[in-house]
Amino acid sequence: MNALTRFPDPVAIPLPEPPPAEDPGSTGSTILFRNVSKEFQARDKDPAVTALDGVDLAVPGGSITGIIGRSGAGKSTLLRIINGLDRPTSGSVVVDGAEVGNLEPARLRDLRRSIGMIFQHFNLLSSRTVFDNIALPLELAGTPRAEIRSRVDELIELVGLGDKRGRYPVELSGGQKQRVGIARALATRPKVLLSDEATSALDPETTRAILALLKRINALTGVTIVLITHEMQVIKEICDRVAVIERGRIIEEGPVYEVFARPRAETTRNFVASVTGSALPRDLADRLNASPDGAGSAVIRIVFTGEHATAPVISRLSRSLDIDVNVLSGQVDEIGGRPFGNLIVTVPARRDVSAALQALATAHGLHTEILGYVP
Amino acid sequence: MSPEIARLLAEATWQTLYMVTVAGLAGTLLGLPLGVFLATSGKGELFQAVAVNRVLGLVVNAARSTPFIILVVAIIPFTRLVAGTSIGTTAAIVPLTVAATPFIARIVEAAIREVDQGLIEASRAMGATAFQIVRKVLLPEALPAIVLGSPSPPSALIGYSAMVGAVGGGGLGDLGIRFGYQRFMPEVMAAVVIVLIVLVQGVQSIGESIARRVNRRLRTA
Repeated sequence: MNALTRFPDPVAIPLPEPPPAEDPGSTGSTILFRNVSKEFQARDKDPAVTALDGVDLAVPGGSITGIIGRSGAGKSTLLRIINGLDRPTSGSVVVDGAEVGNLEPARLRDLRRSIGMIFQHFNLLSSRTVFDNIALPLELAGTPRAEIRSRVDELIELVGLGDKRGRYPVELSGGQKQRVGIARALATRPKVLLSDEATSALDPETTRAILALLKRINALTGVTIVLITHEMQVIKEICDRVAVIERGRIIEEGPVYEVFARPRAETTRNFVASVTGSALPRDLADRLNASPDGAGSAVIRIVFTGEHATAPVISRLSRSLDIDVNVLSGQVDEIGGRPFGNLIVTVPARRDVSAALQALATAHGLHTEILGYVP
Repeated sequence: MSPEIARLLAEATWQTLYMVTVAGLAGTLLGLPLGVFLATSGKGELFQAVAVNRVLGLVVNAARSTPFIILVVAIIPFTRLVAGTSIGTTAAIVPLTVAATPFIARIVEAAIREVDQGLIEASRAMGATAFQIVRKVLLPEALPAIVLGSPSPPSALIGYSAMVGAVGGGGLGDLGIRFGYQRFMPEVMAAVVIVLIVLVQGVQSIGESIARRVNRRLRTA
């Protein structure tokens, strides 16, 4: 082979600097809850309050897992048990193979350095600038000064605060504060990021921006994100998996798409209804009967999923049976990157109509549900 | 005012400054850690030690509620143990320090208790040790409130120092009593009062200006 005629080795061509790669190849930790219970006792004589009651949950490494529940459902405790801020009364939590409850203090601190946490109220130090706030976890870990500097600069760019590095928290907006919080949580290159209602104090637009940032960080670093929220919108926006918690128990759990398409528990239905437009109009809900006797119309929910989300089911149904299909509410959304539609319609309460609907649904892989009947 | 009186006034001012400064520094040295401990040793706190916390709290309250002139006399044996004598300016520093320590401790404690609990939680979540939380989080965050409260101990000490004349401590108060009052020299009394006011006012102004500088960047309004 004549070396002179060879093209230059493509590897030797200088390439533009790639974006800062964060430990390529490493994925976030897996977190396992096994039969975890937690009781609180405010004073010795008070009866114990059960915050968690036999929770079993697996958080896959690298996932964005959302835990949703109303206030007091136990979600905060569940999150705080992951990094040992709370200790379970019984049961075990295993992060990356380590049993959190059994760690001695020094090992627990090491574990915490591999778990970042962000908070609803940001919890930034008012006496430190943006730069120094982000540097804090590195200082605590004894990182050399030069290394702190380059790491913090990198993080400030990552969260888009390049022009704010010398500002104090009081000079920042809520969204900017949370960006500082996120950068701080990522400083020690954690394998898990815990988010405690991180967007609950923010307006909808800022919420979306922060969620997009979290999603990007998850994609970029593979960090496992566990977030708790009371807003289904947050789950819908970024989560892969969702667990619904109520009175200290996980009542439903699975991939977000499946839970949205087929919510089983009542609480889950309500949460899903809050964001998918699947809630019944108020006046209709009041008139709804469970029995078809003497009813004129049936109220039906049709859930379109995946590639069927855009199928022209309604017009086909209307044409084939020559009936009027009245659309009461509906919404097409994207959940977990897949289209997801939700329609509430009324059709004549006739046997042949429900049979035809059933057949169409089966043919198109839709999910239908009779919600009730109206006169 | 005769040169003799002026010399006495200068000497008394010097004695007062000496006593207040040394007692203030010693009181800070003791009161700062005591205040940190009082603020962090309650139930469920960083250095949980409920019983010790309660006992120290009682001691601090006892010292705070004892009238200073009684304190001076009551702890004479302790003063002799520490200073070798119970009479004179240096000996007077002991009761002044004993009075300043709990005072400073309470200011520090209150300032630390003002720090948002969320910051402690965030630092724990970062893997900070209890000492790191005190040094890197609690003290810096409490600093504006501590600075704001800092003129009070020296002002109080200047006031207390007027009573140590009772044990031969000297100082401005002693001068005022012995010359201004007992020897009927109103001009000495007036001079003593003016110097005391200037000292307290000076301490207050310095403290406030430092507090303003510390606070400017940190708090809204």
